[in-house]
Amino acid sequence: MADGDFGNAKSMSIIVTKGTLDWAYPPFILGTTAAAMDLDVTMFFTFYGLPLLNKKLDLKMTTLGNPAMKMPMAGMHMAMPNIVSALPGVDRGATTMMKNLFKKKGVASIEDLREAAVESDVRIIACQMTLDLFEMDRKDMIDGVELGGAATYIDVATKSDINLFI
Amino acid sequence: MADQTLNAEGLNCPLPIIKAKKALKGLEAGKVLEVRSTDPGSVADFAAFCTQTGNELLKSETEGNVYLFEIKKN
Repeated sequence: MADGDFGNAKSMSIIVTKGTLDWAYPPFILGTTAAAMDLDVTMFFTFYGLPLLNKKLDLKMTTLGNPAMKMPMAGMHMAMPNIVSALPGVDRGATTMMKNLFKKKGVASIEDLREAAVESDVRIIACQMTLDLFEMDRKDMIDGVELGGAATYIDVATKSDINLFI
Repeated sequence: MADQTLNAEGLNCPLPIIKAKKALKGLEAGKVLEVRSTDPGSVADFAAFCTQTGNELLKSETEGNVYLFEIKKN
């Protein structure tokens, strides 16, 4: 971009494939920030990322199989052994802990970030095949969602400066 | 000096940027937005934000544990 030329025609696309509380963050943070930086942003929600478009979100996470997840606790950091993660109630506890941590550290909720994405005209595409596969209902989703498939995404991706798969 | 102040203290990435963008939308060109943040990452982020959006970063200073920015809307 030439100096003084700030007609920003840059663009970014993100494929959103994960719908857990923790993994919902990267796509929404990058999508909303890129939109704030005047990029045209498209988010394509597929497989486990698709439920992130449901009006009512009830995001959860698991510590199972995630040795890199070390929660700050009483001045130390604690990772959860898999055998403990598998016990009833542990996922619920970890989800509550994570949500409290977000709040304490001034991190936005996914609901707020999603609203910011919609407000800043991020183009939101729901994967039609996933919708059929998991028998989801478009009526349960937020307004402004387009339906599309792989070809729709590829068309967007060929015109985007940045393409991410998360 | 600033025409409007945004207090983003206590907010974490990417909220200071998103809220600043919203505030800038409501300002006329040439007006200055002051942002107060406590997020250390916002120092690099506001510089990058201004480079991309063409708004001018007039000031980026630290005052205790508060980061102060002045952004002139272009």
